[in-house]
Amino acid sequence: MDPTLIGQGLLSGLLFGGVYSLMAVGLTLIFGVMRVVNFAHGDMMVWGMYLAWMLSTRLGVDPYLGFGLCAAALFLLGWAIQRGLVHRIVDAPHEMQILLMLGVALVLENAALVAFGPDPQRVRSPLTAATVWLGPIFVDVARLVTFGLALALTLALWFFLARTDLGQRIRAAADNPYGALVIGTDVGRVYAAAFGIGAACVGAAGALVSPILPFQPAGGLSLSVASFNIVIIGGMGSLVGAFAGGLLVSVAESLGAVFLAPSMKELVSFSLLIVILLFRPAGLFGKRGT
Amino acid sequence: MRGGGIAALLAVAMLAALPAVLSSYAVTVFIFIFFYAYLGQAWNIVGGYAGQLSAGHAAFVGVGAYTSAMLSMTLGLTPWIGMFVGGLLSAALGALIGFLGFRFGLRGFYFVLLTVAFAEICRIVALNTDAVGGALGLYIGFTGNPRQFQFQDNRVYYYVALALMLAATGLVAVLERRRFGEYLRAIREDENACEALGVNTFKYKMLAMVLSSFLTGIGGTFYAYYLFSLQPNSVFGIPLSVEIIIRPIVGGAGTVLGPILGSFILSPLGEILPHLSLAGRLERAAPDRLRAPAHRGGAVLPPGGLSDFN
Repeated sequence: MDPTLIGQGLLSGLLFGGVYSLMAVGLTLIFGVMRVVNFAHGDMMVWGMYLAWMLSTRLGVDPYLGFGLCAAALFLLGWAIQRGLVHRIVDAPHEMQILLMLGVALVLENAALVAFGPDPQRVRSPLTAATVWLGPIFVDVARLVTFGLALALTLALWFFLARTDLGQRIRAAADNPYGALVIGTDVGRVYAAAFGIGAACVGAAGALVSPILPFQPAGGLSLSVASFNIVIIGGMGSLVGAFAGGLLVSVAESLGAVFLAPSMKELVSFSLLIVILLFRPAGLFGKRGT
Repeated sequence: MRGGGIAALLAVAMLAALPAVLSSYAVTVFIFIFFYAYLGQAWNIVGGYAGQLSAGHAAFVGVGAYTSAMLSMTLGLTPWIGMFVGGLLSAALGALIGFLGFRFGLRGFYFVLLTVAFAEICRIVALNTDAVGGALGLYIGFTGNPRQFQFQDNRVYYYVALALMLAATGLVAVLERRRFGEYLRAIREDENACEALGVNTFKYKMLAMVLSSFLTGIGGTFYAYYLFSLQPNSVFGIPLSVEIIIRPIVGGAGTVLGPILGSFILSPLGEILPHLSLAGRLERAAPDRLRAPAHRGGAVLPPGGLSDFN
């Protein structure tokens, strides 16, 4: 096997991993706070992609500048979904939660189908054509910028959770909702904020990846499943785990594409998922017994 | 009880007589109602009664479908036998998934993901195996020969699908009243308590999984020989798994009639709504878009599904 090819696979996998990390960070935040698995996660991401596409085609805004607007729109969507629907089923059994979130996913997917049609789209950005050569390996500038922005957003979220008042309330409600309620936290609002932020993360991830990855309304469910993979591998509810898991899964898939075949790259992540589920269900970075 | 038995007999007699008056298209709608009710009933054993949410049941449909189709194409084996071979292979896959999931104590969402992962691996392997058609899939030539599980008359498929649904429902109705059914429900309600009372929960969960995957695998043959084409993305895909799950949950998971009720509500919606909508893109989008709120209603309103109402 050509070492240049492996190096290339490693690098592009690592850079693409930023997007995976951001998706997983959003999912793990929602799960960590509410213990609700967001089956609509991938469809929210698809909406982030289409919003970036609209900004680019209608207003000429580059997705690398417009991703903030997409994140803000998804924040509102996530907030509304939590306030309108999810808060009713926070304490419901698993299958009820899954069914509700699948329903939300189907509504989002088919709304996208009505609004944008079934054909795959891709956002044009001048950055996608740019490459930089590092010796024999080339660096895709779009992926590099995506990675940098995803990393910055994750760090900003970490800072927000660690240092700000609302961030601390979110963590308190995640640790012990009853305790948080007792000391005067409006847990309902905190939940809505957490769901909104989780949706904003995946919306930003969608906007950032829209020039690299073609998208269509039907792609949401597989993006959700990809997010689940990463979060389980990294450790459910762990921010560091989600970030590291994103990079790990992306590199593993990229190497799988090099060693097996591009169409078999997901085989690697699903096999990894099964191994983690069986031998370390708390994930690589999760605490045991959670 | 006697009243229920008479009502059931009347309903069956009515369904048996129905093709005489139905249009050919309406017969097709009923075939899908029965077939999805059958798959939902098979899922119901492990997902509804035992409470082990499998979101990868498409894998069993796919294994069953590919097995009988390949056996017929390469060895000339009639699908009437192939369907049982497919069922057994699906049961073997179900046993593997069940063994790993239950032995390693995966519950709730973790078990859901394990089943999804296995179904996706099956899909990717089928997609990349040229011997079973790869990404193009398998196409079955139409002969109309009943020995090949093919029928000139759509109404024969109607009766086959009806028989599948009734057989699975009868089986579930019998199991429900036996000790086996009681154990499964006890496992769903409180697995730890069940274990503490000395019930071998692993054994009963395994039995439920194997039976459920066997029945689902048999359904795969019907899928193959009714639709005449098998594509990895549709027959192993997550959307089919979701279709299998939503009917029993909306109708009432863990009840005998839940999957049938759910299928009578949801299956026709997907067929009828496209004809009511007005134009172009809406036509494709409408069924799911309008079905989705129905799923949500199922989750938010009656917690035990719609059959809780009666």
